Amino acid sequence: MNATLDKTSFEPRLTAFVCNWCTYTGADLAGTSRLQMDANVRIVRLPCTGRIDPLFIVKAFERGADGVIVSGCHPADCHYTSGNYHARRRFAFFKELIEFLGLPEGRITFSWVSASEGQKWREVVNDATARVRALGPFSGYPGTELPAWPAAGAPAPNPAPGGGGER
Amino acid sequence: MKELRDLATKLLAEGTVNVVLGWEEGPRGVRPAFATDAAAAGRLVFDPRCTQNLVPYLSPRRTQVKKLGKAAVVVKGCDARAVAGLVRETQLAREDVVVIGVRCGGVIADPASPEPLSPATVADRCPGCNSREPKLADHTVGELPAAPPGESRRDVRIADLEARTADERWAFWQDELGRCVRCHACREACPMCFCERCVADKTQPQWVDSSPHPRGAFAWNVTRALHLAGRCVDCGECERACPVDIPLGLLNLKLARVASERFGYTATDDPAVPSPVGSFQKDDAQEFIL
Repeated sequence: MNATLDKTSFEPRLTAFVCNWCTYTGADLAGTSRLQMDANVRIVRLPCTGRIDPLFIVKAFERGADGVIVSGCHPADCHYTSGNYHARRRFAFFKELIEFLGLPEGRITFSWVSASEGQKWREVVNDATARVRALGPFSGYPGTELPAWPAAGAPAPNPAPGGGGER
Repeated sequence: MKELRDLATKLLAEGTVNVVLGWEEGPRGVRPAFATDAAAAGRLVFDPRCTQNLVPYLSPRRTQVKKLGKAAVVVKGCDARAVAGLVRETQLAREDVVVIGVRCGGVIADPASPEPLSPATVADRCPGCNSREPKLADHTVGELPAAPPGESRRDVRIADLEARTADERWAFWQDELGRCVRCHACREACPMCFCERCVADKTQPQWVDSSPHPRGAFAWNVTRALHLAGRCVDCGECERACPVDIPLGLLNLKLARVASERFGYTATDDPAVPSPVGSFQKDDAQEFIL
């Protein structure tokens, strides 16, 4: 059909954590408006950006996401009055922390997308996907790489938790 | 020393408190003391080996001390910030604790070592300390000693890390955090880690892998640092408790700087100052949000 379905090219997987009231509705508007955009984003709908624990983002990377989008209501538009203000402070700490830890820049995108901004959602999705596509697969996340096959007689490597182990 | 012992004895004799948390001489340097009578109060000490922060004993999830009755706690300036933190977050009523402040001239990094206080042995957080006399205290004892010796090594280490590329920092932290054995000693030693049930202990769903594997170690250390962001009182106990010497203090200090630069907050022993994660301003900087 088109080049994006070529199995040899890298298609990133992005997880989007969005608030129910603005960005989810905005993304819905983008869909009902038939806006074409990259189909690399899996949306997780949450009640509010204030509900988005930075641990969600860590977990998404653990489970193989190449990039993450976090989006919610613009300041002053929060359905719960102040959820996004609290989230903004939390994300500021999180962003600075992961930069300090050296997590590759550009894998996490923060944005405000209102319920009427279907067009902006498309831009956020396309930009984030393009950025992550350029960065390539996120293989460096700790503990996600497969352990090397042990040489005969060598002690078994520490298996990934929940990995099943030997049978 | 006599002033501290006399005060503790007086508080116990008056019945103002039932127990005084302080430090006493032990077989390997000083150790925490829970003085409930005059004899024990007479053994209290304070010197540069009193590195340990005693405020975690006041945390609501520690019931041993609570069972002894109303407590007085001996605090250095840094420990007083932990008392303020518990009061600020309504974990402790200010009137439920008597705070005995000690004027401090710095403590040594390893309290079990027989070395005296010097630029080589001083705890990382002490040089340049601006809270050597706790303001929160009900009683303050001792003379103000000379300022802590030496220079902070942490600032140099943070500057060094920030000068590196993201990839180099990533490699550095993978190496450091990869050593984590998930003993959670950092959490147990922390005065501000008071959750009844820690997210790292939850299994349904299991947010943080519990085995000593790089994946869970990364998630745990990110979580711990973030949960202390803007709340850390910089008492250095997490780093001191770490059996594999992960430089947790660097993460804490980095986030403390973010709190200061972005939100104008510095750790303080004034419980009325709101913490940056429990408050917000409508015009907080959001240059990183599209």
